[in-house]
Amino acid sequence: MNTVTTNNDLATYIVRHADDNVVIGQRLATYISRAPELEEDLAVGNLSLDHIGVADHLFTYAAKVDGGERTGDDLVMLRSEREYTNLLLVEQRHDGFGDLIARQFLFDAYQLPLWEALSASTDETIAGVSQRAAKEARYHLRHSSMWIVRLGDGTEESHRRIQASIDRMWRFTGEMFEADDLDREMASSGVGVDPSTLKDLWETTVDAVLEEATLTRPEDSFQTSGGRCGMHTEYLGQMLSEMQWLQRSMPGQSW
Amino acid sequence: MSYDVPVAPGDKPQDVQFGGATDHGFPLWEVFVRAKRGLSHTHVGSIHAPDSETAIQNARDGYTRRAEGVSVWVVPSMEIVASDDAESMFEPFEDKPYRHPTFYEIPEEVGQL
Repeated sequence: MNTVTTNNDLATYIVRHADDNVVIGQRLATYISRAPELEEDLAVGNLSLDHIGVADHLFTYAAKVDGGERTGDDLVMLRSEREYTNLLLVEQRHDGFGDLIARQFLFDAYQLPLWEALSASTDETIAGVSQRAAKEARYHLRHSSMWIVRLGDGTEESHRRIQASIDRMWRFTGEMFEADDLDREMASSGVGVDPSTLKDLWETTVDAVLEEATLTRPEDSFQTSGGRCGMHTEYLGQMLSEMQWLQRSMPGQSW
Repeated sequence: MSYDVPVAPGDKPQDVQFGGATDHGFPLWEVFVRAKRGLSHTHVGSIHAPDSETAIQNARDGYTRRAEGVSVWVVPSMEIVASDDAESMFEPFEDKPYRHPTFYEIPEEVGQL
């Protein structure tokens, strides 16, 4: 069952997509200054800001839909791990650039069709944010695909390492296409999208890029899920404790 | 090319050299950005990238993220041919002010050219 403490279904729905973006945005931000090249550092910073920008819009809207008691910042900074409803993929730790790119690529290939579908949402705010986000996601996917191809079809070592990263992230990909009651309800009312309908597009993208990169698509064996219900892997709590530390120790602090 | 870089205890100096034998950096590209349609592409700086496609993306991230442009060119820096010897190349023009059309009277009706 969902542990989100929002007051209505629409807010819960918006928050889950906002959570995906703030978590991957924070993950990317922790990589700044560690990229293999200065140029890639800038690119990772841009990706991070794009995701956090989308999250900001969505959290602000979710806070409004929720009834106005809490701000968007409260939703980000004052919810615990169990109240976060992001996908497990985006919270995964990266041990190096290969992991970061593998995680980003598998997520970008999901987010682009997601935003394209949500661009037609009957909810004007969701449609507006999604139209903007779709443009950004198109670039994100181009960037991450480019790296997958270059690393996969690069040297023996880069091939081995990016294949290992893809393998490592793979078991968190099935969750992206699991639809729960809320997804189906939002899809049938025209506000949201049923994520299971995105899987074909995702597979087409992923298969084409992996093939070009001379990489092997991992077996769809064991898949983990639970993020949408607040059941996370060990990494989210660690990330949140760092991200929320200032607000937790000095509540209401701003600059 | 190498820079003086502070060396952390335990680091060997060659570990932190740039541009030397330990450097695995990518080639340099010059970046030209067109601010808006109708204007020319203008040189804005340079970036490193392994190939042209990556160079375009890096240029986009490095030089257009504040909406500076509508089009980007990248050129391998190695391909740029530069003038040398400013003395013989450009100094001869310094005492030929008559090559500037500044001696004509402009009729009032013409207004701002």
